Amino acid sequence: MMQISVRHLDKITIFDVSGEIDFATSPELRKALLQELKERRMPRVVVNLQAVRYIDSSGVASLVEGLKASRDAGSRFVLCALNTKVGEVLRLSKLRTFFEVCDSEEQALAP
Amino acid sequence: MLSVVRGAVTRLTERLGFPEPECRAVVRAVDEALTNIIRHAYHGQTGRPIEASFRSIRVRCDGVQKAGLEILLEDQGVRVDRAKLHGRRLEDVRPGGLGLHFIHQSMDTVEFRHRKGKNRLRLVKFLNAPEPHRNC
Repeated sequence: MMQISVRHLDKITIFDVSGEIDFATSPELRKALLQELKERRMPRVVVNLQAVRYIDSSGVASLVEGLKASRDAGSRFVLCALNTKVGEVLRLSKLRTFFEVCDSEEQALAP
Repeated sequence: MLSVVRGAVTRLTERLGFPEPECRAVVRAVDEALTNIIRHAYHGQTGRPIEASFRSIRVRCDGVQKAGLEILLEDQGVRVDRAKLHGRRLEDVRPGGLGLHFIHQSMDTVEFRHRKGKNRLRLVKFLNAPEPHRNC
């Protein structure tokens, strides 16, 4: 199971993702990210991953797609509050440096 | 269903005494392997048969007795092309192709074969493996 909720703060969209991102649930994450980036074109999109208990390669792929779409839209795409499990998977994928990553949501929202 | 398997493999690896990061590694490998079977062997169809067996093993490797976990995953999907079982280069940043890397990074032995109409993936993780990716 995975849950996604969306908040809007000034010109920032914040995705709160929780649960497990895998083969079954990652298409929903991908769709939510791409739809938001396409329709609202906010200058910054923040994805809070603090409550994610599991992420697989298809989940990472969804985040990569979100990042690429944000570049096309001229938006910043920021991941924040990575727990041990998410950080480990991003490190293994060698994609950690490819993303803008902040330790906390406060940092991700800072001007 | 993948979530159920992940839960079961987590408990199994914990019971066998694997450290927490290695429990996560085995769970990740099994999850990625099952996902690959559904996606490639069964073309995305869920509900098709996958046989999974888990066995505690002891083997002698370079004169040292080692304990570990052997996992066999078998499916009846289309024959998988072994040449495509290498994943993409990690420097090539794009969606997809990471699952195989996760499997190889996570396990000490990864073997694939096709026999009698079945794809069979054999994964082994040793307890306190002295060197990763050593085939014994």
